[in-house]
Amino acid sequence: MPDIPFDRPNTDPRIASQPLISFEGVSKTYATRQRTSVSALADIDLAVPAGSVLGVIGRSGAGKSTLIRLVNGLERPDVGRIRVGDAEISALDERALRRVRRGVGMIFQHFNLLSSRSAFGNIALPLEIEGRGKAEIRARVEELLALTGLEDQRDRYPSELSGGQKQRVGIARALATGPSVLLSDEATSALDPETTRAILALLRRINRELGLTILLITHEMSVIRAIADRVAVLENGRIVEQGDVFEVFTRPQAEVTRTLLAGEMGLTLPAALAAQLGREPVSGAAAVLRIAFRGPHANDPIVARLARETGIEANILSGTVDEIAGQPFGSLAVSLPAGPDVVVRARAFLDAHGLVSDLLGYLPARSAEDRHVA
Amino acid sequence: MSPEMTRLLLQATGDTLTMVALAAALGTLFGLPLGVFLATSRRGELLAAPWLNGVLGLVVNATRSTPFIILVVAIIPFTRLIAGTSIGTWAATVPLTVASTPFIARLVEAAIREVDPGLVEAARAFGASPTQIIRKVLIPEALPGIVLGLTLAVVSLLGYSAMVGAVGGGGLGDLGIRYGYQRFRPEMMLAVVVVLIVLVQAVQTLGERLASRLNRRIRRA
Repeated sequence: MPDIPFDRPNTDPRIASQPLISFEGVSKTYATRQRTSVSALADIDLAVPAGSVLGVIGRSGAGKSTLIRLVNGLERPDVGRIRVGDAEISALDERALRRVRRGVGMIFQHFNLLSSRSAFGNIALPLEIEGRGKAEIRARVEELLALTGLEDQRDRYPSELSGGQKQRVGIARALATGPSVLLSDEATSALDPETTRAILALLRRINRELGLTILLITHEMSVIRAIADRVAVLENGRIVEQGDVFEVFTRPQAEVTRTLLAGEMGLTLPAALAAQLGREPVSGAAAVLRIAFRGPHANDPIVARLARETGIEANILSGTVDEIAGQPFGSLAVSLPAGPDVVVRARAFLDAHGLVSDLLGYLPARSAEDRHVA
Repeated sequence: MSPEMTRLLLQATGDTLTMVALAAALGTLFGLPLGVFLATSRRGELLAAPWLNGVLGLVVNATRSTPFIILVVAIIPFTRLIAGTSIGTWAATVPLTVASTPFIARLVEAAIREVDPGLVEAARAFGASPTQIIRKVLIPEALPGIVLGLTLAVVSLLGYSAMVGAVGGGGLGDLGIRYGYQRFRPEMMLAVVVVLIVLVQAVQTLGERLASRLNRRIRRA
């Protein structure tokens, strides 16, 4: 493992009590050609603890790009304060900002490598900008090539590299000056799933081994799940939900979070059943519940106990067991037999066992019966 | 062709090459920074100075829209001031430089505006100053385009240099008009045209080769 930064003190997560990056009441609007202004971000409060990975997720146009660019001063807020370490970004002039930016690395969706420079030359660029000597640059770049597994690509030009290799060069370049913060702007959105996994694993390793604090933006829940400790959900320029990744994934509060999570969590019903699912209980209809098993309950034989203890025989429609942020997480869709108070009793039982359940809807009697017979 | 005529043709070719090379070098010396400034001083750009950009753009357009032969005559006092005379090869270099500077500036500006703005953003994110961005990002990335632009400029200068022959500038154009046209020597006219074609062909080929060697955006086997 190569040495971490040059001579810049690295923020040790165990010592730092304050967040390394913080937003306080930040808002920004853009003027448009029609003389109306578009609110890009409104009342953002956000804190990224040193050494952690915070993922900001949202649909395109939610304000993610603006948010990440406020951290290194590529964008300026209208109101509010942004701090990185001891520096108040929002109060610095351009010259002072340039110094701070050398301690904040950034990687990009389209890599943004210079086509006129080899992998070596691209990684050397931030060091040249800092005014480092030739020998020092060479030693540092070799170290970074080794760290990112690019020794064989040293003298290749970006046009001769694959997407994954380009992003590795981007990461090595961002780490060149030994920053304490890494900003990732949709860094895996232009990559295929396999390369995405490899790049995310590299970022996670850098986070752990170098103690680097990472703020990333993405529109993919799978990215958050693979790498983030905490997540903030952005919609229309506002943070609608934030917290621990496991919490947010297993108990999403905002509608947009549920939408973004759909598919990611394997909670979907078989298509044929989903098509018949109605919102209103018609006579003889079977209620469909989704039960989420979190942490220690993930492996409980809950359907059997439900039958034994309450006499309600639930029918399993679909189920998955998965791992989120290193903790097991299961989810089960069941249909309940028709009957008075069945839904209320079943949910009370589940509540009593610390399980979260959602009423998804009702299946008409016919198909519910077929299911029970089958 | 007589040996005397061959000597005249060689002399004139040398004069033309001197004029063109000097004017291209000086035009690049002034045109490159001017082009970089035109590209980076637009609103919202690195050195944003929209007002100055507008004024310079106007001057560049005015120079470029003046027909070359009129420009040559119009700036005779300026040519005398610089070269001490308004006749001959050295004097002809002055209007050639004046005409090529704004032309080269526009070509450089176009090449720089082609550079992906993402690269400028990345350099800013690493704490680069505007000067560093220009020297380490914009010019190297635009270099293949700049070389192609300069090739175009040199070819145009060959044409212009033939025109200054008409007003006593010397070189191949002068030879063609005095011997080929005024003295009815079609073989001299033909020789002049052939030499010009060969020169243009050579410049174009060299420029394109250099540009493609510099261009790393294209994957080569």
